[in-house]
Amino acid sequence: MTAIILLFRITLLLYFAATVLFLADVITRRDRIGRYARWVLIGGFALHCATLAAKYVEAGHTPVTSLQEALSFFAWAIVGIYLLFDMRYRLSVLGAFICPLALILMFGGSTAPGVTGPVDPILQSWWFPIHVTLAFLGNAVFAIAFMAGIMYLLQERMLKSKKFSALYYRLPSLETLDNINYKSLTFGFPLMTMGIITGAVWANSAWGGYWRWDPKETWALITWFLYAALLHGRLTVGWRGRRAAIFAIIGFLCLLFTFLGVNLLMSELHSFDAMQGR
Amino acid sequence: MNIIVVGLSHKTAPVEMRERVAFSPTAMERPLKALLDLPNISEGLIVSTCNRVEIYAAGKETEVSAARLKRFLADYHGIGLENLESHLYEFQGIDAIRHVFRVASSLDSMVVGEPQILGQIKTAYGYAAEFKTVGLILNRFLHKAFSVAKRVRTETGISSNAVSISFAAVELARKIFGTLERKRVLLIGAGEMCELAARHFVNNGVDSVLVTNRTYERAVKLAEEFQGRAVPFDDFPDHLHQADIILASTGAPNYTLQHRQVEDALRQRKNRPMFFIDIAVPRDIDPRVNDISNAYLYDVDDLQEVIQANLKERQKEARKAEGIIEQEIVQFHQWLSQLDVVPTIVSLRKKLEEVRRSEIEKTFSNLKNLGSKERKAIEAMTSAIINKVLHQPITVLKQARNENSGDNYVDALRTLFDLEPLQPPDEMPDKMPDDGGTEINGLSKPRHKG
Repeated sequence: MTAIILLFRITLLLYFAATVLFLADVITRRDRIGRYARWVLIGGFALHCATLAAKYVEAGHTPVTSLQEALSFFAWAIVGIYLLFDMRYRLSVLGAFICPLALILMFGGSTAPGVTGPVDPILQSWWFPIHVTLAFLGNAVFAIAFMAGIMYLLQERMLKSKKFSALYYRLPSLETLDNINYKSLTFGFPLMTMGIITGAVWANSAWGGYWRWDPKETWALITWFLYAALLHGRLTVGWRGRRAAIFAIIGFLCLLFTFLGVNLLMSELHSFDAMQGR
Repeated sequence: MNIIVVGLSHKTAPVEMRERVAFSPTAMERPLKALLDLPNISEGLIVSTCNRVEIYAAGKETEVSAARLKRFLADYHGIGLENLESHLYEFQGIDAIRHVFRVASSLDSMVVGEPQILGQIKTAYGYAAEFKTVGLILNRFLHKAFSVAKRVRTETGISSNAVSISFAAVELARKIFGTLERKRVLLIGAGEMCELAARHFVNNGVDSVLVTNRTYERAVKLAEEFQGRAVPFDDFPDHLHQADIILASTGAPNYTLQHRQVEDALRQRKNRPMFFIDIAVPRDIDPRVNDISNAYLYDVDDLQEVIQANLKERQKEARKAEGIIEQEIVQFHQWLSQLDVVPTIVSLRKKLEEVRRSEIEKTFSNLKNLGSKERKAIEAMTSAIINKVLHQPITVLKQARNENSGDNYVDALRTLFDLEPLQPPDEMPDKMPDDGGTEINGLSKPRHKG
């Protein structure tokens, strides 16, 4: 257990260092700092993988049964997806937006309740890891779209008002940001859809019903419709740029509410308490 | 031996004076050779551009030499020195190094960060190398200046932001579209400004050009130049939606492009962004176009403001560059000042080695029954003694040299060990064991480390 905590702490520390470096990259506009930041982040991600693997071995199931674990898993997915996007776009400024988010999630996770008691036998089903992994990967891709949306709005505002801050010189072109929005949507939407479907299948095998309209399921569906609308708008009516960015931002806020708000405000099947055997 | 710079630039001399002292790039041999004929000048280089004329030289007695260089500049062009003198500046030693590093890095240019000057200095150096008027010091110095300029360019953003209208427009377009490949430019009006801006766009990747003009023939002519297509003026609104970048500069008194037309065009192109550049005065495009989503409109004043902001950015980066240059000056100056310590060390070593050799020979001739193993051991031991003895004085000498107090040590060493002064073959022997003037020849043989 202590080894896992140590791994977790070092991961947190590396994410913190990467965040500082990414921000320094934006402020000083030195590409070299961005490269260091990337390597530190990759190191952090590797340790994070190790942490999760160790936890999996220890607990015998995918470590997302407490809020702490869920936040950590979410941060892991976000960093992993960012690194994938980074291979294509090479955008350290995106790192300056994504890394703080991952850091906050990790940090929030380290302060959240992390009790793992005896686990409900339904979590032993292997639909469980498939469901949560797909759902979290989808969420992580939408986190990228969210940050790209914020960057788009910032950049658009500067171009329209003709007043440029230091960030302007680091931000990529509007077209690139819009392209990230589109790419995220085409990857995130299928992941999310499959996440919901596998969840329903799992629910059926565990409780004998595909859909129960618990708040989490309802909100997930609302979020899904939002992203479906955006995808549809993009493909048919030519929604792009500003509108797509705003949609991605609203979609992600909705998604965060589904993930956190519902758990904190309402308590049903998906709550972490319910996962523990009690 | 020191580095001397004498010259004038746009900061100190009006163009009337600069053009009178300019050197023709096709006839550099004569002035370069004449430069080396001056007493105490051992290496020389002339940079002559429309903004500056400068002589870089390596020589002794810098005060006198600098004055000679000034006179040379005046005499060569047949100008009275009294007329020229007030425009001239001179630098020696560290100041000269700093000046050349700054010039090469484009910190002293009219538009800070514009890179042409580096190429011009390289050309000037090329001539000097061709006519063999540069040697050890200026060779090393100029190469250092080039590498400093490169460092400044890569480590600061000094030349990264556009400072001309056309380039500012291209840069903004890049911020909107990313790459400009497969983008289409529409020129409304066939004026000179429009043409210039369009050329920048084409050079930066735009591969399709539409031209419209009230006189259709002019549109056709301009379109031919860009291998583009001409559109009759009355029809251009129908083609508006095909263009990503619109450059307007007609002489029309009213708005040629209305808010409504842009809205329609954007709808037709499914909101793909459009970038409008209005370089006409009075303006051609309704300024409210900028309020339309996915349309970006910049007029001349906007672009001027962008340029001003960019210039400020360059000034900021220039401060970083000054820091880099200060580091490099220290390095180069150390190398330069070590030059005269090194020959002293070399002759000291030579002297001790001679002593060792003769003593070894004496010893070996007395001890005839020594085996080759023993002989080798004695050889090694005696060499080791010399190295050990020399280690400390050499260290002190090198350090002292960097602290500018080395002259005394060099002098003392030469007296104590009775070292003969090294002399360059082409120079008059000095009365004293001078540390200057000897390093070129002293150094070309022994390998200099550091």
